[in-house]
Amino acid sequence: MRNHGRSRAGIWLMLAPLYLFTLLFVAGPLIYMVVLSFQQRAEVWGVVHTFTLDNYKNILTPVYLQTFVESFKLALTSTALITLIGYPFGYFMAKLPAIWKKRMMLLIMIPFWTNSLIRLYGWIIIFRANGSLDKILMGLGLTDSPLKLLYTYPAVVVGMVYALLQFMILAVYSSAEKMDWSLVEAARDLGASPLRAFYTVTLKMTLPGLLSGIILTFIPSMGLFFIADILGGNKVVLVGSLIQDQLMKAHNQPFAAALSLVLMVLTTLMISLYKRVTHSSELEGLL
Amino acid sequence: MSDTILELDHIEKSFGGTSVLHGVSLSVQHGEFVTLLGPSGCGKTTTLRIIAGLETPDAGRVLLRGTDMTAAPPEKRDVNTVFQNYALFPHMTVAANIGYSLKLKKMPRTEIAAQVQQALELVQLDGFGTRMPAELSGGQRQRVAIARALVNRPSVLLLDEPLGALDLQLRRQMQLELKRLQKQLGLTFIYITHDQEEALNMSDRIAVMHEGRFEQVGTPAEVYDRPRTSFVARFVGTANIVKGQVLQNEEGILTVHTAGGQVPALCCNCGKGAGDGVTLAVRSEHVEFCTEGGIPATVKEKTFAGGMLRISLALENGDELVASRHGIDIALSAGEGVRVTWSAQNAVPVDTHTEAQV
Repeated sequence: MRNHGRSRAGIWLMLAPLYLFTLLFVAGPLIYMVVLSFQQRAEVWGVVHTFTLDNYKNILTPVYLQTFVESFKLALTSTALITLIGYPFGYFMAKLPAIWKKRMMLLIMIPFWTNSLIRLYGWIIIFRANGSLDKILMGLGLTDSPLKLLYTYPAVVVGMVYALLQFMILAVYSSAEKMDWSLVEAARDLGASPLRAFYTVTLKMTLPGLLSGIILTFIPSMGLFFIADILGGNKVVLVGSLIQDQLMKAHNQPFAAALSLVLMVLTTLMISLYKRVTHSSELEGLL
Repeated sequence: MSDTILELDHIEKSFGGTSVLHGVSLSVQHGEFVTLLGPSGCGKTTTLRIIAGLETPDAGRVLLRGTDMTAAPPEKRDVNTVFQNYALFPHMTVAANIGYSLKLKKMPRTEIAAQVQQALELVQLDGFGTRMPAELSGGQRQRVAIARALVNRPSVLLLDEPLGALDLQLRRQMQLELKRLQKQLGLTFIYITHDQEEALNMSDRIAVMHEGRFEQVGTPAEVYDRPRTSFVARFVGTANIVKGQVLQNEEGILTVHTAGGQVPALCCNCGKGAGDGVTLAVRSEHVEFCTEGGIPATVKEKTFAGGMLRISLALENGDELVASRHGIDIALSAGEGVRVTWSAQNAVPVDTHTEAQV
C-alpha cells in the first residue's frame, strides 16, 4: 500500500502527544506508586526514602487480610445481585418498542443529574430507624419494630447495587439491542423450548454485554469506599475505605500505595481467571 | 385416507387492527411443492409463520397430518423453516448449526456427526463443517440454512424467499438444486416467492396471494394459461387486461365488442351471455397483427428486453396493450396504425366470479 508520502518518523511524531499523555498521566503515577509502596512513612509527615518491604508484610497481617476478604465478598454479592436484576432488565428493555426504550433510558439517566453522595444520603433517610422504610413496613403491619437497617451489611449491599446497577443494564441492553431475534425463532423452529433457546442462543449472543457488565460492576465495587462509609458506618470496613483512611487520616502514603497496588493486582488476576473460565475473547478490549 | 399432510382451514390474522389474512384455506399433499406467490405485503410470510407456529392465527385451524396444531408451539411441530435472512447461529460452526436440532433430540454424538456429514454432502458443502457462518458466501450460507432445516427430515419444509438475496445466476442454479433435493428426499415444500418465473419453474402447485387472500390455487399451467382473476393474469406473466361487452356466446366461443372492434374469447362455463360485461386476459405473446377484423390500435413504442421485442399499443378507448415477439426486427414503427386480434383459446374471461356478484 502507498504511504501517501508520510515517513515512519512522521507517524511517530503525530502519535507523540498520545504517548506523552499516557506516560505522564497513567504510567507516571503508577510508577510513582510502585516506588512509594517500597518506602517508609516519616515520623510526622511525608516519606522517608529507604527501601523496605514492611508495607507488604503489613498487609499480610490477619486484620488487613480480613479486609480484603470482606471486600471481595461484598463485591461478589453486589455483582451477583446486580446481574440478577440488571440482566433481565436490560434484556426486556431491548425488546420494548422504540419510544419506550427512549423513555426507559431517560429514567435510568435522570438519577445521574444528582450528585451520587446526595443520592446516598437519600438512602440514609430511607434506612434509618423509624425512617421511610420502617414507616411503610410498620404501616403495612409487616413488622412490629424498626428494622434498624442503616449501618448494616445489607444496607451497604443495597447501596452498591443502586450505585452500579445501571452499568449492567446498559451493557446488557446494548448487546441485546443488536441481537437478531430471528435467531431465537430459528432455535424454536428447530425444536428448542423457550428456555433452551434462551440458553443456547440469547445468552450466548448477549454474553459480551453480560461479561462487560460484570467487570464494570465488580471492579468499582471492590473500591467504592464512600458507600460503605455512609451506609455501613464503621461496621463494614473495605479495602477502599482502608486506603482512604491510610492516606487521609493516618497520612501513611507508602502503606496506602501498597494496598492500592495489591488491590489492582488482585482485581486483574480475578478478571483474567474469569476470562479463562468463560473462554471469552470478548474481554480482550477490557484487559 | 388421503395423503394430505398440511391443511389450513380459514386462517385469519390481523396485526394491530390491520387485517393481514382473510380466511386462507389450503390443503397440501405429501411430497408436493407448493409455492405461495404474491407481491410483498400480501400475507405470504405471515401464512408461513402461522404454519411454523411463530405466529398464532386469530381464527382458523392448522392441521398437520390431520392433527390440530393451531395452538402448538414451534418446537412441537414437525415443520422446519429456511428463513429469509438464513438466521444461522453466528456463534456456532456450520456443523453445529446443522446438528442443532439433532443435539436437542439427544441423539448420540457419533450419529449426529454422521447425519451432519450426510446433510453437508447433500447441499454440496462437504468439508465446510468447521467454518463459521461469517466465513461463508451468501450462496453457501443459503445451503447451510437448507441443510439445517432438512437434517430433521420434517414433514413439511417451509422456505421464505430463500433465494431472494442471491444474484440471478446463483438463483437459477439453486432453483434446480432445491427442486432436485425435494424430489430426491420426497419432501413437502411450501415455498414463498414474489418471482413468478421462479414459481412457474419449480412448483407443483402455485397459490397466488393478493391482499390476504388466495386469488387462485392451481398448477403452473392453470395459473398461467387460465388465470381466474385479472390480478393473477397481471401478476403471473403480465397479461393484457381488456374489458368489453359480449355480443354473442356460440357454443363456448364469445364474440366480444371492445375498443372499436370485435375479438373472440373462450368461455368454458363462464356464464356469460349477450349483453354481459366481460374482462379478458390475453398474454402479450398471443396478440396477433391482422389486416382486417380485430381492433384498431396505434404503435406507441418498441423496446427490446430479455430476448423479446415488446410493442406497446394504444387502443381507441385509451387502454394500453402489449404485444411481444421473439427477435429484434419487426416492420412496425411508432405512430403506425395496426389492427390486432387473438385466437379464442388465448383469451380468457377473468373476474367472472366477482362480476357475477355485482
